Amino acid sequence: MRHERLRDAVVVYLQGELDHHCAQGVRREMDALIEDRRVKTLIIDMEDMAFMDSSGIGVILGRYRALRERGGRVQVRRMNRQVRRVFNLSGMGQIIEVIDG
Amino acid sequence: MRNDANMDAFNSMDLCFDSRGENEGFARVAVSAFAVQLSPTLETLTDIKTAVSEAVTNCVVHAYREKTGKICISCRAYQDGRFFVTVRDEGCGIADIARAMEPFYTTQPECERSGMGFAVMQTFMDEVQVESRVGEGTCVTMMKHVQPLS
Repeated sequence: MRHERLRDAVVVYLQGELDHHCAQGVRREMDALIEDRRVKTLIIDMEDMAFMDSSGIGVILGRYRALRERGGRVQVRRMNRQVRRVFNLSGMGQIIEVIDG
Repeated sequence: MRNDANMDAFNSMDLCFDSRGENEGFARVAVSAFAVQLSPTLETLTDIKTAVSEAVTNCVVHAYREKTGKICISCRAYQDGRFFVTVRDEGCGIADIARAMEPFYTTQPECERSGMGFAVMQTFMDEVQVESRVGEGTCVTMMKHVQPLS
């Protein structure tokens, strides 16, 4: 998973499809990146993510909870239409910041 | 939900595979490849793909859990544009279907399950019907209006 460190934030670039089968690997990689407690913001970039099912909701919410515990946050950006529909259906839009552009 | 079995389906497809995680992607690609002949919009095709992914994931993580069993998918395409997908397993079954279908309800919160599987199926398809017997298995039938054949 390509990622970028910006001061106290990490940007991860998701690619391809995120389903239950891929979720475990994505979760592990993200957790390794936010293990560093100086990381306060996890930015999930979905520009190259073609597809996500409800397993992706679990992955994003899990990281949100972990970061919230230490006063951090998760931001999501550049979702395609399908990903956005699954995301909105879960109500995550209420608690997770969506940044676009 | 009127299914009409095979009666006036102009085309059908049946597929059985092991309940392995890597087959989740295979299942949704196979079903959407079959659905393409109904000339769906890209959005409709994506909707079907998303719903199939949820149904198959349920079989892998809930119906069979640590075991491996068979998942069978049947697709039926009708002249009037209705497209049926049935996802069937012979796993543990669901005791309380209404509860299982409630958004955010999950039996495995520790695995970061969202509990949104059925809610996604209901949102992305036009009709969803679930039949299940504990100890025998579950059958999820979903219907989407695609496009009548001219």
